[in-house]
Amino acid sequence: MNEAAHDWIPARNEIVRNAASIGIAVAMYGVSFGALGTTTGLTIPQTMALSLLMFTGASQFTLVSTLASGGTALTAVVASWLMGTRNAAYSMRMTPILKAKGPGRLVAVQLTIDESTAMGLAQDEAAFEGRASRLAFWATGLSVYLLWNLATFIGAISVSSIGDPKSFGLDAAIAAGLFALVWPQIKSRIDLSVALGGALIALALTPFVSPGVPVLAAAIVSIIVGWVTGKQLS
Amino acid sequence: MWFAVLAGAIGCYALKYVGSAIPEHYLEQPIVKRIVMLLPIALLSALVAVQTFANSQALVVDARVPALVAATVALRFKAPFILVVLTAAICAAALRYFGLAV
Repeated sequence: MNEAAHDWIPARNEIVRNAASIGIAVAMYGVSFGALGTTTGLTIPQTMALSLLMFTGASQFTLVSTLASGGTALTAVVASWLMGTRNAAYSMRMTPILKAKGPGRLVAVQLTIDESTAMGLAQDEAAFEGRASRLAFWATGLSVYLLWNLATFIGAISVSSIGDPKSFGLDAAIAAGLFALVWPQIKSRIDLSVALGGALIALALTPFVSPGVPVLAAAIVSIIVGWVTGKQLS
Repeated sequence: MWFAVLAGAIGCYALKYVGSAIPEHYLEQPIVKRIVMLLPIALLSALVAVQTFANSQALVVDARVPALVAATVALRFKAPFILVVLTAAICAAALRYFGLAV
């Protein structure tokens, strides 16, 4: 017991550190989102409402840029839902791990996004009786929620932006961060084939369908491979 | 605009909620269990690919690609998470600063 507690402290510190760094990287995009929201005609409260209530970056950017490019409100809403569909798959996977009850569960649902799910699943699910996975999800979700909203506010009230996040290499940093979190989840050849298959389908579809659909379409790979390998088990 | 903001937000929360509301015994079936286990791997890998190669609907090779290669090298050497992320950021930022890539 003492030994387990002894191992837990460095593991816990590393998870919290990583969660904070994900929050900081994502927050730089939050400033861009805030600025985009108010420069494309949303009020400051409307821009803030998106970060506080919608809280899923890809959907937020999609909604605002669809409105900005002259799309109707309905088109913008449906496009944001399409982007958010993958979160349903994430919460399906995370709910049995988190075991949250009551109001905690409703908060966990809101915090279920790419980053929190990837961090939660990057941990060994059995480690410290699941505490590592749960802490990784909660710490990342809360860190991103707080910093994303703070950043949105800063971006929304300041007319001049802090500069293009790309010049700091942040687009590559976020892709690399997610990549580093997918990496430990690939434990078998089947996992690897699902990862590569999903990536290839998404890239193959990118030129032909609207953004958001390629990532969602990658689910087909996991359905086919899951069906075939699940049948062998049963 | 409040309609778009609120309808979008409610729908996105509902989507997150739907996944958590599926009864556990249903998710325990072997085929469903396998699919749910593999779903985030497929979706997150697809997301990484799109974030590395896509510029809206165009596929491009820009500073992100060498940055991801550098991050992969760091991962192979079992570098800590923060170092992997910083490697990619510095690589992409430097290539852009010196005008070697967009």
